[in-house]
Amino acid sequence: MADRAVTLIAAGLAAAILLLLLAPLGALGLKVQGFELSVAELAALRFTLLQAALSAMISLALAVPVARALARRRFFGQDALIATLGAPFILPVIVAVLGLLAVFGRAGWVNDGLAMLGLPGFSIYGLQGVVLAHVFFNMPLAVRMILHGWQAIPAERFRLAASLGFTPAATLRHIERPMLREVLPGAGLVVFVICLTSFAVALTLGGGPRATTVELAIYQALRFDFALPTAARLALLQLALCSATFVVASLISLPTGFGAGQGRKGGPPAPKGWRRGVDALVITAAALFLALPLLAVFLNGLPGLADMPASVWDATVRSLVIALASTVISIGAALVLALATAQGRGWAALAATMPLAASSLVLGTGLFLILQPFFRPADLALPVTMAINAALSLPFAFRILAPDARTLYADYQRLGQSLGMAGAAWLRWVVIPRLARPMGFAAGLVAALSMGDLGVIALFAGEGQATLPLLVQRLMGAYRMEAAASAALLLVLISFALFWAFDQWGRRYADT
Amino acid sequence: MLTLERLIITQGAFRMTADWQADQGARIAVIGPSGAGKSTLLSVIGGFFAPQSGRVLWQGVDITGAEPGARPITTVFQDQNLFPHLTIAQNLGLGISPKLRLTAQDHSRIDAALDRTGLAGFGPRKPAQLSGGQQSRAALARALLRDKPILLLDEPFAALGPALKAEMLGLVTELAQENTLTVLMVTHDPKDALAFAPLTCLVAGGVAHAPQPTADLLANPPPELAAYLG
Repeated sequence: MADRAVTLIAAGLAAAILLLLLAPLGALGLKVQGFELSVAELAALRFTLLQAALSAMISLALAVPVARALARRRFFGQDALIATLGAPFILPVIVAVLGLLAVFGRAGWVNDGLAMLGLPGFSIYGLQGVVLAHVFFNMPLAVRMILHGWQAIPAERFRLAASLGFTPAATLRHIERPMLREVLPGAGLVVFVICLTSFAVALTLGGGPRATTVELAIYQALRFDFALPTAARLALLQLALCSATFVVASLISLPTGFGAGQGRKGGPPAPKGWRRGVDALVITAAALFLALPLLAVFLNGLPGLADMPASVWDATVRSLVIALASTVISIGAALVLALATAQGRGWAALAATMPLAASSLVLGTGLFLILQPFFRPADLALPVTMAINAALSLPFAFRILAPDARTLYADYQRLGQSLGMAGAAWLRWVVIPRLARPMGFAAGLVAALSMGDLGVIALFAGEGQATLPLLVQRLMGAYRMEAAASAALLLVLISFALFWAFDQWGRRYADT
Repeated sequence: MLTLERLIITQGAFRMTADWQADQGARIAVIGPSGAGKSTLLSVIGGFFAPQSGRVLWQGVDITGAEPGARPITTVFQDQNLFPHLTIAQNLGLGISPKLRLTAQDHSRIDAALDRTGLAGFGPRKPAQLSGGQQSRAALARALLRDKPILLLDEPFAALGPALKAEMLGLVTELAQENTLTVLMVTHDPKDALAFAPLTCLVAGGVAHAPQPTADLLANPPPELAAYLG
C-alpha cells in the first residue's frame, strides 16, 4: 500500500532536514578563522550557562510547592488553572517581556509599591531580569511536569502511609522525595535547554557586556559589526552547547508532562491546619505571578488598539503568512515522519527530533553566510524565517503525532491493506480523520509559536519587513510603549486565536 | 482450488510448515493450541506476513507476492474490522471502492448487502452505535461486497455470546453456500468446528496439517489434539 511512498517522502524529508542543519554548519566551519574565544565571547558563554542554570533552579524551587499544593488540594477552577499553565508555551516572548516590564519595570507596579513603602527599587535589566522572564515562562512548565510526577504516585501508597500513621514529613521522605529525585533532573534539564537558546529575552532585558547570551552575541556580531568570522565562531559554540545537551537529554528519560496516569485518582493527603493556608497562598501567588503581566499587557494595550500605526497591520499580515506557511510545512513533515516511524523506520524519528540540536540564530547565521553572496538578506527574510520556524517546531509536532500514528497503524494497518486502501485514499479516509485531534493541537502550537517567534527574523529583516513580534520590539526600543503594548495585545490575541482555531478544527473534525 | 505449496513460515524461533490443498467452496476450521500459529497461517494466506519459502496459489495462479488487497481474499479480523469514524455505509463502501468513489448502483448494492445481513437501515450509523453482533454482521456484509472467493475468519466472533455466535456461524454458512466461498475459520472451540466446517485443519507441533473431516478428527484425535481438547 502506501508504505513505499511514505518511506520515500520521509527519506526525502530526512535528507532535507539534514541538509538544512548541515549546510549552515559547513558554511560556519568555512568562515571561522580560529576557535579562541575573546573576553567578550567567554563572558557570553559564562552568562548563558549561568542564567540557564539559575533559571532552571529557581523555576524548580518555585514549582515544587505549587505542584504539591495543586496535587493535594481540590478547588473550583483548578482544571482551568492547570490548563492555563500550558499557555506560556505559546505566549510570544516579547509580549511576556512587555507585561513583566509593566509589573516589575522601573515605573512598574512592584517598584511603585516599593517606593510607597520607602524601599529601594528593583531593576529588571540584566541577569535578574533575564532570569525573571525565564522563570515566568518555565515555572509553569516545571509545575506541569512535577504535578504529573505527583499524580503518578499510586493512591495505594498514600493510603498505606496513612494507615502507618506517617506524618507529612515522613510522607515526604519516603514517598514524595524519591519521586522528586526522579522527576527533577529531567525537568531541570528541559528548562536549562530552553534557556540556553534564549534570544528575545536577552535582547530586551539583557544586553551589554555583562548580560549577553551566546545567541544574542551572534546577532550583534552579524547585525551591528558584520563580523562574519566572529558570528561563525559563536554559532559553532552555540551549536556545541545545544548538541551536548541534546545528547544528554536523549540519554536520560525526560518527563513528558503527559502520558499514562493509571490507577485510582487520589493524590497525596490534604493536611489540614496551617498547611491549608500555605497551599492557598502558594497557589494564589503563582496564579498572580502568571496573570499580572498578562493583565498589564491587556490594560496597557487596550486604549491604543483602535488607532495603531499602519506598520502594525503590514507586520500582522507578514506574521500570519509566515505562521501559516510554517505550520503547513511543519505539520506536513511531522505527519509523514510520524507515519514512517509508525511503520518501524527509526531513522524518521531521529530526523524529526534532530532540529532540537540547533537554534534559530545558529541556522540563521549559517544560511546568512550561504545566501549572502547571492542575495540581499532582506529579500529572503520571509522564506528563511518560514523554513527555520518550521524546522525548529518540527520536533514538537512530531512528538505530538507519533504516539497516535503508532496506535493508528497498530489498529488499522491490516484492515486498510486487506481493503486495498492506498496513498491518497488511505490518507483522506483514515489517517487524517483518525489523527485530526493531535494534528489540530500540534498545528495550533506551531502556528502560535511561529506567530510569536522573534529569532532569525531579527537577523534578516530590512526596514519595512518587520514581523509583528519584531515590530513590538522595535517600538519598545523607540520608547513608544503605548503603541508597543497595543501591538503586543494584538499579537497575543492572534497567537491564542490561531491555537484555538486549529485545535478546534482538530476536535470538530475528529468525530469518532 | 487454494494451494499451500511447501510453505515454511518462521517468526523468530517459531517455525511452521504447511503443504496442502483445499477445494473451492470448502469450509475449513483451523484449530489448535494457543500460540501454535493459527493466526499466523491466516496472515500468510492473507498476505500480511511473508513466508520464508513456498508458495500460495489460487486456481493455479501464484499469489505469494501479491498485496493483501489485491488477493482473491477477504479477511475478517478478531477486532478492528470497521473504521470507527466512518459510517457503516462508508465502511461497506470501502469493500467496493477503496477510494470510496461510489455510484448510485454501488449504493444500492450496499443496501442489498445490509439487507442480506439483517442490518437494513443501519447504513448512516457509526460502528460505536452497533452491538458487537451487528458489527460482525457489517464486516460480513462488506466481505459480500468485496466478492472475493476466499474468506478468512480470524476468530471474529470470539467476543460474542454462545447464541449470537451460533447465529453468526449460521449466517457465514449461508453466505458461503450462496457464493461458493472457500472459508478458513480460526476457532478455539471444537463445537464451532463441528457446527460450521465439514473439514478441520489442525495446527500443532509446527505443522498446519492437511484438512480432514471434522467429525472423524474429533472422534479420533491425534495426541496433540487430544492434549488440547483435554
